[in-house]
Amino acid sequence: MTRLSRGTRPMFTSKMAAECQRVDRSSHSMDKSITLPADEIFRNLENAKRFAIDIGGSLTKLAYYSTVQHKVAKVRSFDHTAKETEGEPLYEISMQEEVTARLHFIKFENAYIETCLDFIKDHLVNTETKVIKATGGGAHKFKDLIEKKLKLRVDKEDEMTCLIKGCNFVLRNIPHEAFVYVKHADSEFRFQNTHPDIFPYLLINIGSGVSIVKVESEDKFERVGGSSIGGGTFWGLGALLTKTKRFDELLQLASKGQHTSVDMLVKDIYGGSYGSLGLTGDLIASSFGKSATADNEFSKEDMAKSLLHMISNDIGQLACLYARLHNLTRVYFGGFFIRGHPVTMHTITYSINFFTKGEVQALFLRHEGYLGTIGAFLKGAEEDNPNQYSWGENYAGSSGLMSVSPDLNPMQRTRSGTFPFDMLEMDRLERQLVNLPLLQDPSSYIPDTVDLSEDALAREYWLYCFEEALDGVVKRAVASQPDLPEAAERAEKFRHKYRHKLQTLRQQPFAYGSLTVRSLLDTREHCLNEFNFPDPYSKIKQRENDIALKYFQKAIKSLEELSWEQRQFALVRGLLAGNVFDWGAKAVSDVLESDPEFGFEQAKRQLEERPWLVDAYDQWLERLKGPPHKCALFFVDNSGIDIILGVFPFIRELLCRGTEVVLASNSSPALNDVTNSELQILTQRIAAMDLVIQSAVKEDRLTLVQSGSSSPCLDLSRLDKELAGVVRERHTDLVVIEGMGRAIHTNYYAMLSCESLKMAVIKNSWLADRLGGKLFSVVFKYEVPPSHKTTTQDHVPGTPS
Amino acid sequence: MEQLNGHQGENESLDTEDEDEAVQPPLKQSRSKNDICNNFRVDSCGKTEATSTTTGGGSVIDERRTSNSTCRQRLDSLRKNRPPFPWFGMDIGGTLVKLVYFEPKDITAEEEQEEVENLKSIRRYLTSNTAYGKTGIRDVHLELKDLTLCGRTGNLHFIRFPTQDLPAFLQMARNKHFSSLHTTLCATGGGAYKFESDFRQMADLQLLKLDELDCLISGVLYIDSAVSSPSECYYYENPTDPEHCVQKPFTLENPYPLLLVNIGSGVSILAVYSKNNYKRVTGTSLGGGTFLGLCCLLTGCSSFEEALQMASQGESTRVDKLVRDIYGGDYERFGLPGWAVASSFGNMMCKEKRESISKEDLARATLVSITNNIGSITRMVALNENIERVVFVGNFLRVNTLSMKLLSYAMDYWSHGQLKALFLRHEGYFGAVGALLELLNPS
Repeated sequence: MTRLSRGTRPMFTSKMAAECQRVDRSSHSMDKSITLPADEIFRNLENAKRFAIDIGGSLTKLAYYSTVQHKVAKVRSFDHTAKETEGEPLYEISMQEEVTARLHFIKFENAYIETCLDFIKDHLVNTETKVIKATGGGAHKFKDLIEKKLKLRVDKEDEMTCLIKGCNFVLRNIPHEAFVYVKHADSEFRFQNTHPDIFPYLLINIGSGVSIVKVESEDKFERVGGSSIGGGTFWGLGALLTKTKRFDELLQLASKGQHTSVDMLVKDIYGGSYGSLGLTGDLIASSFGKSATADNEFSKEDMAKSLLHMISNDIGQLACLYARLHNLTRVYFGGFFIRGHPVTMHTITYSINFFTKGEVQALFLRHEGYLGTIGAFLKGAEEDNPNQYSWGENYAGSSGLMSVSPDLNPMQRTRSGTFPFDMLEMDRLERQLVNLPLLQDPSSYIPDTVDLSEDALAREYWLYCFEEALDGVVKRAVASQPDLPEAAERAEKFRHKYRHKLQTLRQQPFAYGSLTVRSLLDTREHCLNEFNFPDPYSKIKQRENDIALKYFQKAIKSLEELSWEQRQFALVRGLLAGNVFDWGAKAVSDVLESDPEFGFEQAKRQLEERPWLVDAYDQWLERLKGPPHKCALFFVDNSGIDIILGVFPFIRELLCRGTEVVLASNSSPALNDVTNSELQILTQRIAAMDLVIQSAVKEDRLTLVQSGSSSPCLDLSRLDKELAGVVRERHTDLVVIEGMGRAIHTNYYAMLSCESLKMAVIKNSWLADRLGGKLFSVVFKYEVPPSHKTTTQDHVPGTPS
Repeated sequence: MEQLNGHQGENESLDTEDEDEAVQPPLKQSRSKNDICNNFRVDSCGKTEATSTTTGGGSVIDERRTSNSTCRQRLDSLRKNRPPFPWFGMDIGGTLVKLVYFEPKDITAEEEQEEVENLKSIRRYLTSNTAYGKTGIRDVHLELKDLTLCGRTGNLHFIRFPTQDLPAFLQMARNKHFSSLHTTLCATGGGAYKFESDFRQMADLQLLKLDELDCLISGVLYIDSAVSSPSECYYYENPTDPEHCVQKPFTLENPYPLLLVNIGSGVSILAVYSKNNYKRVTGTSLGGGTFLGLCCLLTGCSSFEEALQMASQGESTRVDKLVRDIYGGDYERFGLPGWAVASSFGNMMCKEKRESISKEDLARATLVSITNNIGSITRMVALNENIERVVFVGNFLRVNTLSMKLLSYAMDYWSHGQLKALFLRHEGYFGAVGALLELLNPS
């Protein structure tokens, strides 16, 4: 597969340097009372284009598109035909600049709008931009100010259209966008798997009033109803009743109140429950019913609480009636009434549960506050076809759910004098991502094996583990760029950022969706990239690949001397032993760094003897006695010994059996995982030594594809579209997933519609403990989907005979 | 199952030309006097009929004939079995107690002599006054004259007082030695359960507790059939045109299925498929109690009448945020007219506007939002249940033309004329009537 060619640019131009100076000067002229954290907010303004703004009642959400320059590690093969000298590396690694597209979304209070516009004006370089798309009730009010400050024409877009466009965008591109709120659970946020088909759904937008919109496709939606009793009613009526002016203060009052002193409950009328109708005594019969008869004074808190219940229940009831009428079960709630407020999320959830008897769940969105501005932006960017791409949330540049967001704790913030803001950054992915066509049920597929947000013990362990490993990562990052003197400084910034993320996640495990080992790893990759450490393992991978290649022919030769049955076992053992070489796992990197002699043979000895922890080898062997597979898709793991001495001999055997092989590797670096570009060079080299591989490459029976991922884990619902195409074309009937990240942390329970092998060595003693094994325990899972009738069905996988 | 309703039966008998002469006169006579026992006889027979009513009209008439003659025979026996006076039906709600009292006007001299003094005194007290204590009121305009119940002719009186004054009522019952009359007091509403022990301890009275929705439905069906002039049921013609919006009588023929929306302190919405077949579909806590409760807090008023009076003088558009306040006019993209309320009390988010409105405006806005919300939920339930006829009852609608017109408008406008809002003159008393009926004809 060809790599997408990317433009390269020098890192700094003199123009940009001049810009930097201008930044410093202009920051002095700003309002003295607040300082914009210039290196955190409005990033990449120098490359910004296509602005959009959504101005609500109290918050402004700004969106822009920018290009980001990143260093990437490129590998380039030397010309080996001329000479092959001992000690010369296999390929060269170079750092290059790569330009990627990013969407920036920033949320701040309307009070700061002028300061922010000034800041943008001072930093904006791109003069092609003529228009700013605007939506939201406040867009009109600030139109003149925006036009004057930015010299951009304000182009107003319909609010609801923007909202829906934004909603479709986040649902499609952010895996854990939607969640169910459960107040008293260990983890209040239960993130939902995004159904591959996001339509149809109902969006209940609770702004000052309520709009109920049925969305049937990207362009087809209809406002099916609404209600005038909404956030404005809570706020307006609440302000009258309690003399409290601010919306969030009203919510705070409500959270402290007791509605039972104001509301007339069923038990106030019946003395108990209304049994024959199943109405419990605590049910509200009449909101504010007691304030009509009792003469006593009511506390602000109690009235606010009663009002909150009244409005939430009413909206919930209407939502259910509309959901039932239109036969919809996916109901998303948004609008300023909901936005990040646990109090209202709870009351709405309660109401929906009550009225649908649990049949419909209230769903909320992590980036709900940004929908309008995302939609407005997309309207303005239609010529760039943003919906043709896949986008990914950048964990390094996004604040995460319930960050020190401007929605919350305004009092506390105002006093601190800092500029509060919330950010979301989305990176345009080079590849369009789709489901693996071989997933048995894409709608129920969950990549991650353990949800750390729901498992406090596991969460503690892994957060600790990642924190412990941080020193080593920083060290390796610096070592990977020996020629760049400021690498140490950048590495410290990385350390600070990632440590801060870990601390955030300790407090708010729900910040970026479900907390998983995968998300922790991905966040680390994003942070490394942020500080231009695209590939800290590049040198190590290079060295390892070199060493392993030298042993390749010897390894093949010794395998060929074995009998068929012995060979099959040796191949699997080799693959597992190869997988022990994994710099990502701390236990292994310790051994490797202290004992460089630790070799392949030694790794084999480290392996657990059969029966393994999970052992379906006998079934696999039986299967191999049958007809060959048509095509095997192999998700590879590490560079070096793993790929060269483990994977290649294994797939070589498959090729000899007449099975086509597709090797799927990461598109961009993650830990010591072999990348697609490295694998291309390795394959070339191996083909030069080995006729089987050579002819397979020539005859297109061995294909290399990129996974579309840059994670040490694997999300089978977000894979390169091209990979999906190849899988389909070649009638793939075997999927092999290798390694802890891809087969244990993720996909351990993934159900595929064809045969699959999941192989890994447990290189983490805590995890081994959890799984009932010990360090270097082996998982060899061979699964046949229930629909397949094969001869191996009489064996139960996992129970060695 | 239509013949379960007396009203319906009357029409059918008129249509039946070949009906036996011997049967018809007494039937007509009793019907014209609205004899409840006759109706009830049909009902009790109707239970057996109900299973076989799918047959053609002829066989129904045959059975009817039989049941009518049986009814006549039973009148005599019932005369002996009917409960002793006084006849009361009571509905103790969250805010109001509703009491219906049957005053016999056909008392013979013989009876008069036998009548105990207590009974006489109660009758005189209730019928000679229109107000009782500080808060008890008899709705004289609702009184039904010359009604025949269980063979007795008399007037049906409608009395109400706040639930919080129930202790005073019990004290009075005790003073008047009500318990010495050995009457059964049929009571419904939540208070029948809540105050049962108070009745026993304070007034030595044993309550017969009845389900409020059963009572509500039997009360509605009975009153609608028993009252011919002025028509019990009415609607507003031209609800979308304020100039020509007028009250018009409505005949509740073939009433089923109907949506019965009872707006008391809270709201219950029932889908009624026949007299004995109904379900409570849903309800809302935003009801009459909410209107009054919020009005009391917002305006300092102290009674429903006062709140309504203020509302009639206010302007809700100063309090509410309308579609045109946001979009400058209609929101055409979604077919929302500019005058529609986008956010109830939405203007009150703004400090300046909070300071510029009157108490009357607030009362009006409260009334409008509660009423429209009930309308909105009702309309959705009607759509989900596939019912086109909606009858609104409950004391929230008492002297509340504003709300009734709003409901009529909302039903008509948002359903594009599909839904009709109907109202009943005895709006809040049906539960109490149902309780009284239960006394006379225990099921």
